[in-house]
Amino acid sequence: MGRFVARRLLQMIPVFIGTTLLIFLMVYSLPGDPIKSLFGPKAADPATVARLRHEYGLDKSLLEQYWNYISGLFQGDFGQSFTGRPVADLMSEAFPVTIRLALLAFGFEVIVGIALGVLTGMRRGKFLDQFVLVLTLLVISVPVFVIGYVTQFLLGLKWKVITPTVQDSENLGQLMIPAIVLAALSLAYVIRLTRTTVGENLRADYIRTAVAKGLPRKRVVGVHLMRNSLIPVVTFLGTDLGLLMGGAIVTEGIFNIQGVGFTLFKAIQTSEGPTVVGIVTVLVLVYLLTSLLVDLLYAVLDPRIRYA
Amino acid sequence: MRGAKSATWVAGAIAVALTATACGGGGNDSDDNAAVNPDGTYTYYNVEPQNPIIPSNTNEVGGGYIVKNLFRGLVDFDEKSKLRLVAAESIDTTDNQTFKVKLKPGWKFHNGEAQTASSFVDAWNWAANAKNKQLNASWFEPIKGYDEVHPAEGDPKAEKLEGLKVTSDLEFTIELKKPVSTFKEQLFYDVFSPLPKAFYKDTKAFGEHPIGNGPYQQDGDWQHKVEFKTKKFADYKGDDKPKNGGVVFKFYNKDDAAYNDLVSDKLDIMYQVPNSMAGQYQNDLGKRAISQMFGGNTNISFPLYEAEWAKPEKVKVRQGLSMAIDRETIAKTALKGSKDAADGYTPKVVEGYQGGACGEFCKFDPAKAKELIKAGGGVPGNKITLTYNADGANKEWADAVCNDIRQNGGVECVTDPKPTFQQARADITERRMKSAFRMAWVQDFPNIQNFISAQYRTKAGANDMEFSDKAVDELMDKADASKTIEESNKLYAEAEKKIIQEQMPSIPLFFDHTLAGYSKKVQNVKFDSFRQAIWTDVEVKK
Amino acid sequence: MPEKTLPHETTTPEAVSTALKSGAGKPRSLGQDAWRELRGSWLFWASGVLLILFIVMAAFPSLFTDVDPRQADLRGHYLAPPNWSHIFEGDWFGYNGQGQSVYARTVHGARASIIVGVCVTLAVTVVGGFVGMLAGYFGGWVDALLSRLTDIFFGIPLLLGALTLLQAFTHRTAWTVSLGLATFGWMQIARVMRGAVITQKQADFVTAARALGAGTGRILLRHILPNVIGPVIVVATIALGGYISTEATLSYLGIGLQDPVVSWGVDISAAQSQLRDAPHVLLVPASFLSLTVLAFILLGDAVRDALDPKLR
Repeated sequence: MGRFVARRLLQMIPVFIGTTLLIFLMVYSLPGDPIKSLFGPKAADPATVARLRHEYGLDKSLLEQYWNYISGLFQGDFGQSFTGRPVADLMSEAFPVTIRLALLAFGFEVIVGIALGVLTGMRRGKFLDQFVLVLTLLVISVPVFVIGYVTQFLLGLKWKVITPTVQDSENLGQLMIPAIVLAALSLAYVIRLTRTTVGENLRADYIRTAVAKGLPRKRVVGVHLMRNSLIPVVTFLGTDLGLLMGGAIVTEGIFNIQGVGFTLFKAIQTSEGPTVVGIVTVLVLVYLLTSLLVDLLYAVLDPRIRYA
Repeated sequence: MRGAKSATWVAGAIAVALTATACGGGGNDSDDNAAVNPDGTYTYYNVEPQNPIIPSNTNEVGGGYIVKNLFRGLVDFDEKSKLRLVAAESIDTTDNQTFKVKLKPGWKFHNGEAQTASSFVDAWNWAANAKNKQLNASWFEPIKGYDEVHPAEGDPKAEKLEGLKVTSDLEFTIELKKPVSTFKEQLFYDVFSPLPKAFYKDTKAFGEHPIGNGPYQQDGDWQHKVEFKTKKFADYKGDDKPKNGGVVFKFYNKDDAAYNDLVSDKLDIMYQVPNSMAGQYQNDLGKRAISQMFGGNTNISFPLYEAEWAKPEKVKVRQGLSMAIDRETIAKTALKGSKDAADGYTPKVVEGYQGGACGEFCKFDPAKAKELIKAGGGVPGNKITLTYNADGANKEWADAVCNDIRQNGGVECVTDPKPTFQQARADITERRMKSAFRMAWVQDFPNIQNFISAQYRTKAGANDMEFSDKAVDELMDKADASKTIEESNKLYAEAEKKIIQEQMPSIPLFFDHTLAGYSKKVQNVKFDSFRQAIWTDVEVKK
Repeated sequence: MPEKTLPHETTTPEAVSTALKSGAGKPRSLGQDAWRELRGSWLFWASGVLLILFIVMAAFPSLFTDVDPRQADLRGHYLAPPNWSHIFEGDWFGYNGQGQSVYARTVHGARASIIVGVCVTLAVTVVGGFVGMLAGYFGGWVDALLSRLTDIFFGIPLLLGALTLLQAFTHRTAWTVSLGLATFGWMQIARVMRGAVITQKQADFVTAARALGAGTGRILLRHILPNVIGPVIVVATIALGGYISTEATLSYLGIGLQDPVVSWGVDISAAQSQLRDAPHVLLVPASFLSLTVLAFILLGDAVRDALDPKLR
């Protein structure tokens, strides 16, 4: 087990460097000069531009800049945004908001998704199954921004059940609807996935054995069936947390939530390299760590898997 | 030009396409005589400032509105766009080159420090110095000695502007490189604000906790992305003493969200409702809806640096294209009244506007349009590509204008939306345009000079077309050298007419419109031609 | 279970489990079984008919309408409401904020969406399939290298990656948008492929072929590929719908297709601001988009169910 974790951690290093390098190169080679754009519509004065470029190290080669960035990163320095604020500050404002949103969405996804998935998986072909199936298909086929807008329009403006936008990002009640919108797509996948695996496993030999042994139904479903059915679901959920945080770009925009998604989107648009790379670095770390966690959970769920 | 252009650039970033909004109650509830709470604060729509709050480094609305309230410069413009003295008691000049400034006595900064001539002179010297990398440094360019303090390359050769001299505690002189008839007007820019001594000790900390001399002072910390609170400054010596307890700038990332809040009284003042709501907001707000002209325009310009477009006969083509556009209908339908049809470059609310600069060339006449385009030998490349930035509310008019050009002018037209203002600007300033592009201007100060000189003078900073006409330049020089502002205005109007009728380097399209609104909690809300509320006059109901 | 395969499978493990399972079956009879199964599935027929309809619409829009989708009449038609009785006419679904026929634009919009969907899917299948096959077949350092490469791209979510990459293009067409999506979309197929190939390469017929002296290329193309292509096609079909939807989202974010291309994504995002005045401008193209996405997903589903003997 320890060796497995060590090896996975080692494998993460090239992936981490590769991903950050990839996003770094992409953002820093975008057309348009982020320094000149600081001047807005006025002609940028070359003397100030040159000094600012020097200050942010933009006069060096791309690889040199990346090296400086990464070495700064290992000293805990995320650098400075082109408007003079430390990226760490920007992130410490944005991340708590998005983490709350993503965790809410995630919780929703896990609880509702698995519950509905198990329910429909065990009652294949029944009305509830068909109904949920149609609903998930609808959610998958409608783009998330349409879902977001229609939800906001109906709930917030027409029926006035919610405030159309989030007033206070620490109020979990207000974050609920945006979280559901954010979770919608993944939720649909979780339901379908759980339904499929539960359906498959219901017919597996070990379940038949368990039933034949005379185990109570609760135990058969709760322990034997669930444990085996959840393996692929856990895999999906594991990588989804990171995706939710990145996927908040659209949802946060619609509901005026000043989190990571919005900050990231704006930073991409303005070629704000330090901010984009900083946020993506954190997202990549979250992604890598959750996938490691998933692998470990695997061993817990499936006794056939043993990590040497 | 700062102002709303950047506003769209910032606020519009995510508001590429927008939503529907509240079905709030109609107007019935504006009672202008309600009891007033002189210490009540109100919330004001804003976007998170991009830079720390330092007047010489703030060049977009987010920070601009805060600077405007924390600081007071020598002069400003009143509601009617008339220049008036604020911190200055007098600014005297005989030749528009040397200005004697005398300050009003007794003014203080928020930290109690007295405001003196050095508060101004030191701040300007600091801001102009290339070493301090201030985004607005170039505003000091007209002052004598700027080139030494801010050379195009290398380190500054002098620490101080030669043209600035403190003559007594409350007096200083400004000497310019050459006469500028509108320099007094220019002194209104935020960059000419005074700074207290505390600023130089720690400029970084100052950016987070600015100390000014204006009617409001910061109240508590700047809560990034949430709000910036101000409260009434008790020792404020200006005439416009606040009738309220303070302004809370609430930051939004999109205007739709803010509009929803406005309708449900969670936001008190919004200076521009989203375009998508322009058709509805008067129903939603009733008497609390404000609609007035604004000192900004939207035009489409042509790359005169391209050989094809530079040909003299292409003037006819541009004028023909102009006549193919049905401005009135576009303004009424697609734009829902958020802009008005233009009849020249200078908006109607701006001092010096004479009307009809464009004449028949801004009238919708498809037959004449086709005729002119044909007479000019057609459009280069047989196709117009209209470049604009998609992060502002430009899609509606750009699409409509292009459709008109195609259907009424008989010329194929496609729009080319750049994702951001920044990318569009990069292509424009690096002269990569091959065809038409959006060019908009928001007044720096409400005078015709600002609309003509900044864009149509040879090599002017915002002359993105590389338009150059000797006769026009001479007219403008003559105007700048004139003794009275009236005379200057007249000459500028003449230049404007000459540019449009003889060259039409850009097609005048629309004048912008202020569509503002306020909540039931406030009253006496008025706006100036900068689309800014008269902040100090707002009254908060009990 | 080989320890490295499953833990990595991420995005649609449904398909993955199928991939692993179908490989274990007998391919030929499976195919025949699947077809028999498909023929009896109404979902298959419904989605098939829908898809053919949309594809015909994309290829020959003039069969459906002779109204020019770019023709605008602000004076006469600004946001005019639908006229439901005028089936197949210009005003059937009303007019948009530029006074253009929503019906004509929706019909003409099919092409861009379907081109993007198909292009991205082809590209990710070829690239992902190739990478996955090499990694799975050769194992060792090739696998290590390619798997890390896959991981690197996996670290950047599709929307985020495409958004950043597309900023670099001054003019965006269906091809550049496809490129942007494909660059960050191939990893899923690569993993599915890799998993399937690993299972297959230990099969007896591969050993037999190798013993008979077949070269690597021949083994991969003639023996392994036919046995693993099924699950890959399923994943790809389902993903195709997703790409169409993502293209619309990119347009919504202002970085999708652009004039003069008529596209559902662009029209939907432009219609957001009219939702309150004229919901039809949004709902019509959104419904068409959703139906197309749905049709691809259902088709993929039906094929998957048919290929999966366990669910029968």
